[in-house]
Amino acid sequence: MTNHWNDLANSDCLMIIGCNPAENHPISFKWITKAQEKGAKLIVADPRFTRSASKADLYVRLRPGTDVALMGGLINYVLQNNLFHKDYVVNYTNAAFLVNKDFTFNDGLFSGYQNDKRAYNPATWDYEVDKDGKPATDPTLSNPRCVFQLMKAHYARYTPEMVVNTTGVPMETFMKMAALYGATGQPGKSGSILYAMGGTQHSTGVQIIRGYSVLQQLLGNMGMPGGGINALRGENNVQGSTDMALLFHIVPGYMAIPNEANHPALKDYLEKETPKAGYWSNKPKFFVSLLKAFWGDAAKKGNDFAYDYLPKIGKGFQGAGYSWIPLFEAMGAGTIKGMLVWGMNPAVSSANLNQTYAALDKLEWLAAFDLWETDTSVFWKRPGADPKKNKTEVFLFPAADSLEKEGSASNSGRWLQWRYQAVKPHGDAQSDLWYANRLGLELKKLYQGDPKAAFPDPIVNLNWNYGDDADVHLVAKEVNGYTVADKKQVVNFTALKDDGSTACGNWIYSGSYPGPDKKNNLMARRDKKDPSGLGLYANWSWAWPVNRRIIYNRCSADPAGQPWNKDKALVRWDQAANAWKNNDVPDFGWINPQTKAHITPDVSAKAPFIMLPEGKSRLFVPKGLCKDGPFPEHYEALECPFHNPVSKQQSNPAVKIWKSNFDKLAEVCDPRFPIIATTFRVTEHWQAGAMTRNLTWQSEMMPEMFVEISPTLAKAKGIKAGDWVKVSSIRGEVLARANVTRRVAPFCCGAQGFQNTVEMVALPWHFGFAGYITGGPDARKNYACNQLAPQVGDANTMIPEYKVFLVNVEKA
Amino acid sequence: MSISRRTFLKVLGSGLAATGLTGVVCKRSGWAAHIPPAKIKDAQTTTSICPFCGVGCGLVAYTKGGKLINVAGDPDHPINQGSLCSKGQAVMEIVTSPLRLKKVKYRAPGSDKWEEKDLDWAMKTLAQRVKATRDAAFVTKSPTGVAVNRTEALASIGGAALNNEECYLIAKLARSLGIVYLEHQARL
Repeated sequence: MTNHWNDLANSDCLMIIGCNPAENHPISFKWITKAQEKGAKLIVADPRFTRSASKADLYVRLRPGTDVALMGGLINYVLQNNLFHKDYVVNYTNAAFLVNKDFTFNDGLFSGYQNDKRAYNPATWDYEVDKDGKPATDPTLSNPRCVFQLMKAHYARYTPEMVVNTTGVPMETFMKMAALYGATGQPGKSGSILYAMGGTQHSTGVQIIRGYSVLQQLLGNMGMPGGGINALRGENNVQGSTDMALLFHIVPGYMAIPNEANHPALKDYLEKETPKAGYWSNKPKFFVSLLKAFWGDAAKKGNDFAYDYLPKIGKGFQGAGYSWIPLFEAMGAGTIKGMLVWGMNPAVSSANLNQTYAALDKLEWLAAFDLWETDTSVFWKRPGADPKKNKTEVFLFPAADSLEKEGSASNSGRWLQWRYQAVKPHGDAQSDLWYANRLGLELKKLYQGDPKAAFPDPIVNLNWNYGDDADVHLVAKEVNGYTVADKKQVVNFTALKDDGSTACGNWIYSGSYPGPDKKNNLMARRDKKDPSGLGLYANWSWAWPVNRRIIYNRCSADPAGQPWNKDKALVRWDQAANAWKNNDVPDFGWINPQTKAHITPDVSAKAPFIMLPEGKSRLFVPKGLCKDGPFPEHYEALECPFHNPVSKQQSNPAVKIWKSNFDKLAEVCDPRFPIIATTFRVTEHWQAGAMTRNLTWQSEMMPEMFVEISPTLAKAKGIKAGDWVKVSSIRGEVLARANVTRRVAPFCCGAQGFQNTVEMVALPWHFGFAGYITGGPDARKNYACNQLAPQVGDANTMIPEYKVFLVNVEKA
Repeated sequence: MSISRRTFLKVLGSGLAATGLTGVVCKRSGWAAHIPPAKIKDAQTTTSICPFCGVGCGLVAYTKGGKLINVAGDPDHPINQGSLCSKGQAVMEIVTSPLRLKKVKYRAPGSDKWEEKDLDWAMKTLAQRVKATRDAAFVTKSPTGVAVNRTEALASIGGAALNNEECYLIAKLARSLGIVYLEHQARL
């Protein structure tokens, strides 16, 4: 979230799209309700009439996977009706930048498409530069080659009629939505967009989120209290695990993992990865400090601070990197032999589960650390499998629960909150900290005793001194960072250096533990005071970065530093005092660190987005940073019962199509699978179910797999509420009880397709085959929904397309 | 004299004020002395954060003699202000459930059942497996001679349910081993 949970109450209009907080983030709805009580409007756009929708002023039922078309329509409406926040757009976004003269867009394809590679060469996706190498601009926004005019032309195609044809949203509803949300473009008004996996789990996921972002920039909603782009996020600490880079492409603090083609030596890495302008120009300080945290004294100037101890990635499996889908494809191909699983249940949560199971069967060994027997840890005895034929050696380690250990977790609003240990774990159960530490210690011993082992140096020299029973405070202090010579905690990342004199495990968390004692642990703060009245709670826990509660907060004020809305002042330039008056930690250079003199607002107004080299937010994304285009464009899901009404390009031209025996896809408008399926979660269960299908209360409240079916589909198929039905895709099938409900409805679009009216069913994905309950009565059945879902990923993130695929439904 | 809680509540229901019992109840004398004291009276309190979604609601855990007796929403917490959803209210059972693992389970290749194993043996054996798999498939140089120091035979997944410090150690250990197949829930 650019903002945070309490801040939702400051909004004038909330758009819930691609998430369902009333059911999946229930307590957050307290703050949405608070906003409504103060007069805010609530719009809920969702293919299903959810409990969030039941609280909305306007419910917008859109066909799943058509978010870009809906956003495109809103962007067009805002531009055509001059509802955008002009001063904001001119000063704080790249609207005025001129674009390379060879950049084009034609019938669904941007310039540079290479058919044979299913990829773009983004050379033309860039700014025009003046003779000094700076981007050329036109602050009047009238030059036809400026971002603003190109954007306007791009979205002029998304007329209300086109939106209605594509999304299935009725005209009247769309016009109401456009007027309601467009009103947040008035200076001083703020609109918030809330999303989650309903936005990301598409082959166009990044462009869907970009669509939200373009709209928010145009309406001047970024950086405002009650505004922003707010990813609600799933797991309790998925924000933290992402910050800590448990992802193939990054190291802690959102820096790229080195790759063999571009970064042979540290010098290459720092040169190519460090922009000349913006705050990321400090990257060498963060990166070298990370190497010092990892390898301590063994990271020396003479050996490039042990740069070669970090692995460098290559092209990955079939040239597609090392993310989730290629990981399981590589496992299926026999490349991956051993896997560690830390509190995760891919035997339920992975897409195209029959591929997942076949891949797990290929492992030589699997080690899981969990609270329970998960579906994943017993994959070898899943329904239909013969354990005697399965050669995988499986270790299942008993883990400690969150109340049985100490440490911090980052919520979606970036608050790092401290948990204390309430009770000791039972039996041999240990925290994951203990396991990781102990595994590290055992490996160090093994490699110290085997100097001929493959490159033992990174392990032998690993800076790993947390004690036999790892002290979580030592780890937290390393994450914060310290000066190497005297081991003193640094105050925050502004103290980090690129000469090896500082160490820091994650620069964005630097400042969370700035002193030696437990009282310096700012994550444990519990001061409830809120002098701003904006719900910032500056002394409750600690927010990254540097305890800033609302990111991009320079944009909450005009170029002269005056808040757009005096009741929502995060930062304010006091002309008389020649000083900034701040309620939040400013997200811009506001004070000279040496002289302590305050910096006048005109300086920060030129570059309010400090992490970007151009200093302005991006309506147009340059340089191929989004692999499928600089502007969001609507494409249909890979499996779709309609032809794309917007262009000749049916689906995202830049996604990889997998071709293993398991990776089958239904054809466009496939008569065998004429029904759209989407997936969702219920309040009572948690993700892949291991945490709740083992709890008696939750199991009793929500005991069975079900499928939501419209009354019209039920009638057509002769299905009654409560019947067991078989839902099948080209990849697999699952049994579910029919829940005949008007929460789902057929879509009647103008688009050409299998039929003009297409039914949609919706399935929860929590169930499986292990645990106290599995989701059904038959122990020989697997009730996991994701047996149906396809293994195709977004062009940028490779997040699988769980939210739209094609199925058939029959009485079981 | 003994009285069940149910009987007592019935009596209360018949009209506390009308029967003149208010004073008795408030002073905890007479029948009122038989109301069991709150389970959490004199319990030790520990604050925590709910392990389910990303809202990050505050919890208060009540313990007596090292045993967990109740978990409730933290009334001081600015986000949830004491309230919890249906999952949050079930957090206590995660600790007390008889289904929780207490010993290492091990399944030999081709076996159809688990065996319980000693933790120390399991950790040492796992470390040997990690080392053997890593070393057998370790790549030190790319075809063009760049030091790449990676293994594509090991994978590590998961972490979104863990604490930050745990995630950090896993990232650090995985990268020191040369693991590139490093992924978790954020990708799904």
